[in-house]
Amino acid sequence: MTAPAPGSAVSEAPDAGPSDAGHAAAGAAGPMRTRVYAVRRTRRETPDVLTLELEPGVDGEVEASAPGQFNMLYAFGVGEAPISVSGDPGASGRLVHTIRSVGATTRALCGLRRGDPVGVRGPYGTSWPVAEAEGRDVLAVAGGIGLAPLRGAFARILARRDRYGRVSLLYGARSPRDVVFEEDLRRWRSRFDVEVEITVDHAVGLWRGHVGVVTPLLDYAHVDPDDCVAMLCGPEVMMRHVARDLGRRGVASDRIHVSLERNMECGVGLCGHCQLGGELVCRDGPVFRWDRAEPLLRVREL
Amino acid sequence: MRGLEQLLAEHPFFEGMRGEDLALIAGCGKNARFGAGEYLFREGEPADHFFLLRSGMVSVEVHDPARGTITVLSAGEGEVLGFSWLMPPYHWVFDARALDLTRSVVFDGACLREKCEGDPRLGYDLLKRVTGVMMRRLEAASVQLLDVYGGAAAS
Repeated sequence: MTAPAPGSAVSEAPDAGPSDAGHAAAGAAGPMRTRVYAVRRTRRETPDVLTLELEPGVDGEVEASAPGQFNMLYAFGVGEAPISVSGDPGASGRLVHTIRSVGATTRALCGLRRGDPVGVRGPYGTSWPVAEAEGRDVLAVAGGIGLAPLRGAFARILARRDRYGRVSLLYGARSPRDVVFEEDLRRWRSRFDVEVEITVDHAVGLWRGHVGVVTPLLDYAHVDPDDCVAMLCGPEVMMRHVARDLGRRGVASDRIHVSLERNMECGVGLCGHCQLGGELVCRDGPVFRWDRAEPLLRVREL
Repeated sequence: MRGLEQLLAEHPFFEGMRGEDLALIAGCGKNARFGAGEYLFREGEPADHFFLLRSGMVSVEVHDPARGTITVLSAGEGEVLGFSWLMPPYHWVFDARALDLTRSVVFDGACLREKCEGDPRLGYDLLKRVTGVMMRRLEAASVQLLDVYGGAAAS
């Protein structure tokens, strides 16, 4: 996803257009209610990226969410930031978020320790078309921390592997040190029924993998252009290049889904800060179908 | 064993090229294999060859005394490598090292230039193919320079 607003900047990515979750109505108790969670575990992904596992406090159970949706996380006394759900929300009983430290709020979130309280509002937005992709090949392309919003969707697909055709994940990172979710990537790569290719922009020393942008990796994904669903999440420049390349290879634009990031503040389509043309990214996205997103991204003023 | 013309015809770089042109170009090529760690070429040395990669993986590297070896690009099956044979002064500007056992068709650069000079239609066809690869690599290099992923890790 693109660089978010200063201070939020994580990659969040709820699901695409008309897919699984539709528009999220967050929480039975009202979409704007902040619930207090506690940090159960933290995991350092890279020097500036942290994964938080949260469990609900006195407010009860984890709010159900779909892969690709996001929550507004509140670092007490500092501020709120939109952060996508980065685990399979149905699997763990915990809320998992992966955060890059880029501003005051995300820096505070990345400084949290076990037991610290966090405010959670959500989940918001649309989700990845995990159910819609059943019966087809699946191509997931992630860049940088954009793997976080796709991680839950990918885990869900692999949990029901027999429902899908060929499944490929292509991942690009800045350098070997910036690869996130190494453990997951290693596990997925060890499977015989999934193709996983990783590239880095540049490498120093002992890196034996691909070096370069993520688009040439499309040659390694043996999905059927006529019968695949593509899910892209990463910097907007990367997603534009990949979507264009997929189009050249014959993938229809209504089967390409991208996760966009704008300055999301209220999360429920009221404040208008994340407006993109006629869409509100927090409500109508963040996951959009490419045939819907592409015309909007071509207008620079937006 | 398949002949060189057949190998060329099956490689994406030569997709759709006329049979007679493939035959001409095949006259400049030979099969070669490089073991893991072996260099295909090294910076500063004469650039006499053009590499059509059939399998394996090659890293294109530059050495910096302060940072060590930096890989700027990798290329594998279905790709081509090395354009310095095309323009003077015909010297390599990077190192290229096989990461795995790499099978390649290696063309003699001077031979290719001679064929292209003698048959401008063939020369134009070959140049368009080379330019296509260069364009994609230039685009990719520009995106790499944008550092789109951000991140704190110093390289």
